[in-house]
Amino acid sequence: MTEWYGMVPEFGQLALIFALLVSVLQVVIPLLGVRNSQDWLMAYARPLASAQAVFLLISLAILTYCFVVDDFSVAYVAKNSNTALPTPFKVSAVWGAHEGSLLLWVTLLGCWGLAVSLFSRSLPLDMVARVLSIMGMVSVGFILFTLETSNPFERSLPSVPSEGADLNPLLQDFGLIVHPPTLYMGYVGLSVAFPFALAALMGGRLDAAWARWSRPWTTAAWIFLTVGIALGSWWAYYELGWGGWWFWDPVENASLMPWLVATALLHSLAVTEKRGLFKSWTVLLAIFAFSLSLLGTFLVRSGVLTSVHAFASDPERGIFILALLGICVGGSLLLYALKAPTVASVGRYEWISRESFMLLNNLLLVVAAFAILLGTLYPLIIDFFGMGKISVGASWFNTMFVPLSVLLALIIGPGALSRWKADELKRIGGQTVAAAIISLLLAFAVPLLHGGDMNWQVFLGIAVALWLITVTLTDVWKKCRGQLSRIPSLGLSFQGMVLAHIGVAITIIGVAMVANYSEEKAARMAPGDIETLGAYQFEFVQAGHIEGPNFVSDAAPFRVTKDGKEISLLTPEKRRYNARGQIMTEAAIDVSLFRDVYISMGEPLDNGAWGMRLQVKPFMRWVWLGAIFMSLGGALAMADKRYRRRKTLQEANA
Amino acid sequence: MKRLMLFIPLVVFFGMGVLFWVGLGQEDKSVLPSPLIGKPFPQFILNTVESGESLNHLPQEAVLVNVWATWCPTCKAEHEFLNALAQQGVKIVGINYKDDDFKARQWLKAYGNPYLFNIADPDGQLGLELGVYGAPETFLVDSQGIIRGKHVGDLNARVWEKLQPQFEALK
Repeated sequence: MTEWYGMVPEFGQLALIFALLVSVLQVVIPLLGVRNSQDWLMAYARPLASAQAVFLLISLAILTYCFVVDDFSVAYVAKNSNTALPTPFKVSAVWGAHEGSLLLWVTLLGCWGLAVSLFSRSLPLDMVARVLSIMGMVSVGFILFTLETSNPFERSLPSVPSEGADLNPLLQDFGLIVHPPTLYMGYVGLSVAFPFALAALMGGRLDAAWARWSRPWTTAAWIFLTVGIALGSWWAYYELGWGGWWFWDPVENASLMPWLVATALLHSLAVTEKRGLFKSWTVLLAIFAFSLSLLGTFLVRSGVLTSVHAFASDPERGIFILALLGICVGGSLLLYALKAPTVASVGRYEWISRESFMLLNNLLLVVAAFAILLGTLYPLIIDFFGMGKISVGASWFNTMFVPLSVLLALIIGPGALSRWKADELKRIGGQTVAAAIISLLLAFAVPLLHGGDMNWQVFLGIAVALWLITVTLTDVWKKCRGQLSRIPSLGLSFQGMVLAHIGVAITIIGVAMVANYSEEKAARMAPGDIETLGAYQFEFVQAGHIEGPNFVSDAAPFRVTKDGKEISLLTPEKRRYNARGQIMTEAAIDVSLFRDVYISMGEPLDNGAWGMRLQVKPFMRWVWLGAIFMSLGGALAMADKRYRRRKTLQEANA
Repeated sequence: MKRLMLFIPLVVFFGMGVLFWVGLGQEDKSVLPSPLIGKPFPQFILNTVESGESLNHLPQEAVLVNVWATWCPTCKAEHEFLNALAQQGVKIVGINYKDDDFKARQWLKAYGNPYLFNIADPDGQLGLELGVYGAPETFLVDSQGIIRGKHVGDLNARVWEKLQPQFEALK
């Protein structure tokens, strides 16, 4: 191998090493500048952060190239790819296992650093220097972790396998191409709010301007988290073949906890910006949010908890991440404990005020996150005290999470229409009494009309969701004083908030309906057989066979009819992947706004018959539709002009 | 006092760190009881290993449901004990987990068949729904088809001493 292109993987590793060196400089030089008040040293922060991002991107691009050209001399490629794998999946295989996904993680971290250095022109230089230096510290830790314990460029020379072991078939799917990068963008995005908070602690400067800088970044990370979690749930729903969409698995919890805390942080930042309150609490939430995303990384990759999608565990890796976690979280919490008094809030508010509602919102969200954390770690705790081994089931999480969500949904609406500083219950009550009556009546009607008899869970879910929607719309109506043409002038922030809150309601409706009115049937079916489930007839038309690029499958075309009218032709498959001989169930789903029809194949039985699983899931789409509303709301709020007007304001102040 | 409160997050985190440290050192995660206890046995439609006929329910009496496979050395170790249990009249249903029917039949011929019948679960779908960690695992199922107990690892005289009273109570 004397040709240069035989050394491409080494260039990837070299780029990674350069990124490490640059990030060390990124930590040291700007901080020296801050300490000695040397502007020219602080000014290095931006170019260094950019250079780090470029080196990481080169490294990731080279790994991707190794996958695309089937370079099986790279052990990671040989383990996770195959010549027969379609090219888009070769690309997504880059983050299909631990090493590559970690490289993606650090690369995205570098990209957020790049984004900060590009969009921070209006920030004071010492703030930029501190923020990028802290981001550099996180980078140093994780690049070192990648190089030391999980190098994706490791070669298996001289004996190069002629064929790769193929990507895990579960992961050969569109959902996997987009889900991890989005979720990681969210996780890593919280690494921006985190150094902003630490920089504020270090500099002792925490004011409305600081909150205004942090808000769009936090919102951006929150949007990615929202979309990432929704994508993960959607992927599990159609790809795992059992029609479940949330499992309270440790890895799912690991993404939900930072989301809850980030949601709390968004609201707390709003209070800090508008009223100069909750300062030290906001800082703590920023630390919590990023700590929980690091904790998620630790839980997934260390094997300390068992989970269906844990990466191959390795105690050495576990100890490394634990050390990183200790330095990062322990260090920042220590800094918080020492410096928090310097950012104390001044200001007062009455019991009935928007501040109180926001505080309640924050408490509920943090308690929910804490409850999930407790449930996730409970097996470890019990084990630690020698009280045996247990696993915490979904019912525990539901018992904790559902009541908290209901309370939260109850206060969102009144909170949004309440006034800062002081408000009156009479005023809030007067504005919302109509909404309360409408939502109660409709909530009674829904289970009676849909299910025929009273279902209190559905009643509760629909009632709080409708209450949220009607109160929010009342708020809009009052704010535009009865003229819809005034809505555009209410400001993007407000419109974004309305959209996101309605998104919450949509998700609640979806969850309440699908959890209570899903129908399911397992049946033995041969070609020609017809089964009935609810209002739907399922006819197994004929046994089929499909040859894919790297799999063969048995297919079972179904004609689904309702009231004698054909609705769709669905073809679930049972695939056998050639490289590993692994068998996958591909469900077939007919999607509509008010219900999903879901068919998956079970086992082959005698005489050409199959075990079939038929499901009808009402309002399934609403669960994810709500998430889309929430993220659109976030995007609108981010686009608000006041985040960009700053510069002129500052100049005016100066 | 208020000053000290600021250290609470740090202290809590430190506690968690210790917990993780200990958790990392622990290898054995095999003795988790099943969250399925008290729940009905999952629905299934599968073939039997012996005759290939399809089947969708367990016998309506108290049975042990034993998950096993020919690729599992511990299953071989526990097989003699299962034979002895069957002799005593304990009803055992096998789930042949992620295995090959032909190999399974060879095995039963060679080592004896303690099972009423064996359910073939070649893809491990039923195993997945039962939360099977690895073979062997044994479930106690009552005559109503409700899962009442679970043991991970091989059945032997010592384990049976504990399980037997529970099983007798189901009858």
